[in-house]
Amino acid sequence: MHAVSGGYGGADVFGDVTLQIPRGQFVGLVGPSGAGKTSLLKAMLGGLPRVSGSVTVGGVPVMPGKPPAGAGYVPQIETVDWSFPATVADVVTMGRVRRMGPLPWPNQADRRAAEEILERLGLAGLGRRHIRDLSGGQQQRVFLARALIGAPDLLILDEPTASIDVKTRDDILHLLAELNRQGVTVVMTTHELNAVAAHLPSVVCVNGGVVAQGSPLDVFTAPILSRTFGAEMRVVRDEQTGGLLIAEAGWHGPFAEPRFHHAHLHDEGIPHERAGLGVSGGSSNGHAAHIHDHDRIHEDERTIAGVAD
Amino acid sequence: MELQTILEPLGYEFFRHGLIAATLTGALSGLMGVYIVLSHAVFGGAVVSALLGWNFFLGAGAWGFLAALLIQGTARRRNIGADAAIGIVTTASFALGVALISKTRSFEQNFESALFGNILGVTPQDLIAIGAVSAVIAVAVFFGYKQLLFTIFDPEIAPIYGISTRWVDAGFALALAATIVVCMNVVGVTLIAAAIVIPPAAARLLTDSFGRLTMISIALGAVCGFTGMFVSYSWDVASGPAIILLAASAFGVIYVVTGAARGVRGRPRNTAPNPILNTDPHFGGD
Repeated sequence: MHAVSGGYGGADVFGDVTLQIPRGQFVGLVGPSGAGKTSLLKAMLGGLPRVSGSVTVGGVPVMPGKPPAGAGYVPQIETVDWSFPATVADVVTMGRVRRMGPLPWPNQADRRAAEEILERLGLAGLGRRHIRDLSGGQQQRVFLARALIGAPDLLILDEPTASIDVKTRDDILHLLAELNRQGVTVVMTTHELNAVAAHLPSVVCVNGGVVAQGSPLDVFTAPILSRTFGAEMRVVRDEQTGGLLIAEAGWHGPFAEPRFHHAHLHDEGIPHERAGLGVSGGSSNGHAAHIHDHDRIHEDERTIAGVAD
Repeated sequence: MELQTILEPLGYEFFRHGLIAATLTGALSGLMGVYIVLSHAVFGGAVVSALLGWNFFLGAGAWGFLAALLIQGTARRRNIGADAAIGIVTTASFALGVALISKTRSFEQNFESALFGNILGVTPQDLIAIGAVSAVIAVAVFFGYKQLLFTIFDPEIAPIYGISTRWVDAGFALALAATIVVCMNVVGVTLIAAAIVIPPAAARLLTDSFGRLTMISIALGAVCGFTGMFVSYSWDVASGPAIILLAASAFGVIYVVTGAARGVRGRPRNTAPNPILNTDPHFGGD
């Protein structure tokens, strides 16, 4: 993507995004709700109504209404109409819609392909079930199966780890890692920062544009995450394993001890509004860090500016 | 009731015409049941085409098609919901038709038929129109079934899988407008919504598969149209209400029976609202 802006009708959802994802990568897009993650994915797939700039997949330009060949997409399962009369097999064979013959029902090859992919994803024998009659992890895998039945080179997933338990989430991430090892480029959005830090080799922080890109160890720092999410974030490194533990610094939340806030803010001479009290007050300009340590703020801001620029 | 009594009306040509028309329009309504909202918009088009001396089918059909596109276009603006767009376009168009009738008062007889149906007035020309529309739509749905299913189920994702949802939308709007126009003389514009919505709603209670739902809905619509004509003749009630009441009764029986079966099984079935009844995904745009 080069200098890409896009949206649906009025204002851009994201702006001036330049992003390169090498073939064979496994990338996680992280950012707050409304940061434009889903819209970025749709722009990569030609599914965003209004896009300016240049989007190419495998060297071929992508335009609205012209999806790239060899791409599979798994939407957020929260957006699925679970009462729609569709069986697991109905949904999975939708992924072959471009290859299927003119008849309304799947032929033998289509059915065999669906059975194979369902078996591969641990869903064997569930083809005749209604999509609602499955567990959250199974539902997620049904839509993964719909994307994989087309044997994509590029797999794009929107929040595949949302609304499922930790074990199922890890299973899905391991499955995606296995696909990636087989040569599939994987791009996914997620809110699960710790899962990204533990499982993914590469990450892009997004908030209306790209804030930072690189390995989680390089990118998941308190200043970058605070800027990405507009809230004070903390990153703890486990010195034994080298792993990261990421958490919101909760002491400025709505139930924080009032005396602490007032005394601290008074000391710093910072008005409440600017200090970013409340969840949304931090904004993406890095000022949320003001509350914590006045000296460190400026250091943080320099770091953030360096990464962003 | 003796067989002779049942077969008696078949001796009349007008009844045979009506029977074929009612059966075909019942099947067609069952097939198009996902889309329930355009009937009133078409009424406005019918009035205008009569006033201007246009062909009834072409005028009302074109009007319905434009109304469908207008609804789709309005609903694509994110700050106006599909429901609001449908309400505005269909009621405005219906109101236009009523206003023109009240202003001119020149063709009340015809438009009473358009409003409430007149199966006895089905002409050979009507039959040809119904047969042609049924055949064309059946073929189009047969060969476009996969694209249609994906578009209805997941209108935002279907384009990513190479489906031109705009063409599917436009094609279906055209088919729906044609369906309503040819059904109008049989069940009437005020009852056509029920004719279109009841068969798929009843079928939804019986199956979780879209393919089977389509087949059951078509069969139910046809059976209700066919049987409703005999009920209409035997009990001397208007054909439109007879067909609709029969369909509603069938829905009631299926509702009770499937509810009882659910109680026996002890597990919920179709607990979520029926998407075919309470949403209009196609016109929802994005």
